[in-house]
Amino acid sequence: MLSLMIVDDSNIIRRKIERCNDSDKFNVVASACNGAEALDLFVKACPQVVTMDLTMPEMDGIACIQQLVAIDPNVRILVISALSDKATGIEALKKGARGFLCKPFTEEQLIEALTELTED
Amino acid sequence: MSEQTLQVFIDGVVRFFEHTNDKNVKVGTPYLVENETPAAYDVTGIIGISGPYRGCVYFTAPRILLKHLLLSIGETETTNEYLFDLVGEVANTISGNARSAFGHEFMISVPAMIEGAPDHIHLPKNMRSYVIPIYWKAYHAAVVICLEC
Repeated sequence: MLSLMIVDDSNIIRRKIERCNDSDKFNVVASACNGAEALDLFVKACPQVVTMDLTMPEMDGIACIQQLVAIDPNVRILVISALSDKATGIEALKKGARGFLCKPFTEEQLIEALTELTED
Repeated sequence: MSEQTLQVFIDGVVRFFEHTNDKNVKVGTPYLVENETPAAYDVTGIIGISGPYRGCVYFTAPRILLKHLLLSIGETETTNEYLFDLVGEVANTISGNARSAFGHEFMISVPAMIEGAPDHIHLPKNMRSYVIPIYWKAYHAAVVICLEC
């Protein structure tokens, strides 16, 4: 089972990801509402997989991805964002994200994206 | 603002409602209003826009619509905090869709959520806003676009 951290400033999205989470594959070990909190929790909980929003207060997702990858280059990060333009997706991937899921998303789309991310 | 530009924002709203249990959202004919009297319901999520377009886009809705909308996306919490989150997410989806259409120079802010009377929204008085009426179930909401380009 892989450990998962959810990073999103929306309670609704964090709870949706928790509900969608396939408990056979993932165990939610931390949940953060901005990039700064995510950095703190990442060091403590050492998740293998992270879902990451991009537009957040305090520290945005792109800056957070860069720092998480610097701490653990093996972390698998799935960006989940409403910013669906190509340039944003490419920038996130360049910083170290491994996948991109556009908001709003269905349960099936999330599970598929997380599965693809962990099968690489 | 061209019809094509307005359509981008309409598509963003429809995209959000397509992910609910009741996809039957209707979009009314957009109309122009003076910024002296901004259109607003009980709770509003505003996104600031910068780059080639400058201004803001907001989604505003009555509490009752938002409570039903939360339930229709599988969320059972309907406290104020969740209503604020929801208008923020709808506004994010609309502006994210616009960024996809207009390019990454279309810069969007973190949403700001406000509650209450319309006079809490201050828009540039020398501009006018487009109001896109939204009808879902028996309720009315609106997307308001105040952009200068």
